[in-house]
Amino acid sequence: MRVRLRNPDREVELDGGRPVRDVLRDLGVEADTVLVIRDGELITREAEVGQDDRLEIRPVISGGAAP
Amino acid sequence: MRCRRCRDEAVIEIRRNNTAYCKGCFLEVFRNQVVRAIDTWEMVGPRDRILVAVSGGKDSLALWDVLLAQGLQADGLYLGLGIGDYSDRSHQVTAAFAAERGATLVTVDLAATYGFDIPTAGRKGSRSTCAVCGLSKRYVFNAAAADGGYDVVATGHNLDDEAATLLGNTLRWNTDYIARQSPVLPAADGMVKKVKPLHRLSELETAAYAFLRGIDYVVEECPLVEGNTQLRYKEAMNAIEARSPGTKSQFFFGFLDRAMPLFTPEDRAEIVACQACGRSTTGMFCAFCRARAQILGERLAPPEDRQVREELADEVLPVELFEHAGGPAT
Repeated sequence: MRVRLRNPDREVELDGGRPVRDVLRDLGVEADTVLVIRDGELITREAEVGQDDRLEIRPVISGGAAP
Repeated sequence: MRCRRCRDEAVIEIRRNNTAYCKGCFLEVFRNQVVRAIDTWEMVGPRDRILVAVSGGKDSLALWDVLLAQGLQADGLYLGLGIGDYSDRSHQVTAAFAAERGATLVTVDLAATYGFDIPTAGRKGSRSTCAVCGLSKRYVFNAAAADGGYDVVATGHNLDDEAATLLGNTLRWNTDYIARQSPVLPAADGMVKKVKPLHRLSELETAAYAFLRGIDYVVEECPLVEGNTQLRYKEAMNAIEARSPGTKSQFFFGFLDRAMPLFTPEDRAEIVACQACGRSTTGMFCAFCRARAQILGERLAPPEDRQVREELADEVLPVELFEHAGGPAT
């Protein structure tokens, strides 16, 4: 399964056939700090991802002088 | 995971509320939370002209989208910070957002209007890059709103922003700042009213809203933000939140409900006009004009001093008086 991580942009190959929360745990990412996108759709940490899926993991945290 | 309201497949889980929503229900809940914030804090009236400070990020564009959807008179204000490709992309997505909705976007370029950009300010001034950026934003947003006849400035500060700010102020016991950390700052002494309608919603929710609405926003973080204190406080709060969902919202909403009234703002010095720009301040020159002068290597002087110097320069003076005035000896 191909996973695109943002900020900084990079791609990694991980095992599918398991829930999103397990993928995030392997990446050391907290579920509440990212959007997980598959085929243009948001999915929750309980969703099962397959070996042929392509995911985007997009951080939601922004810093600096808002807005 | 199923939507709490309609039992469809959920697209977002809100762990602090132990709930999840499908796309349609989430968008409705999100907008309801913004409306609730506006109503509870009497942020805007039906005829108010709102200036939304938009950066091209998820929060400010989500806010603008909701305000427009509510039929409010909301124009956008984009401040060009001069941060290379990041600023170019920010301006592009903001302008595209406005064009798609037929909304009005006011653009101010910091370098063209005030003579410096943020990377230069970070190198030459005594403030950190983020501090001078925040100072510039507050100054320009207020100036643009006052000059444009707007009633309210709306910013995209979310729950995570507010909780992190409160944590920082609490760790330092900045009691005056704590007393003033409200979702609404009323208009006063030349300062336009400021509101934060997203303060009930987390960053996860604002990002999800922007994504689900198909808003093209800048995902990349500002390249100058590394080491930012606010970001460290957010990371600390997120570490606690991961183990104890709801802590962040209890911290901030508990403050608004029970702790804020216990803090009293310090009495401020008399508000006067900055002698350089004429905007409200408590000293001879406002913080923005002082920072700008330092960055540009200029010396600030009251108008009467400047006038005297210009008159002296224009006159043909006797040699001894000219020397006394600081001119070269002949």
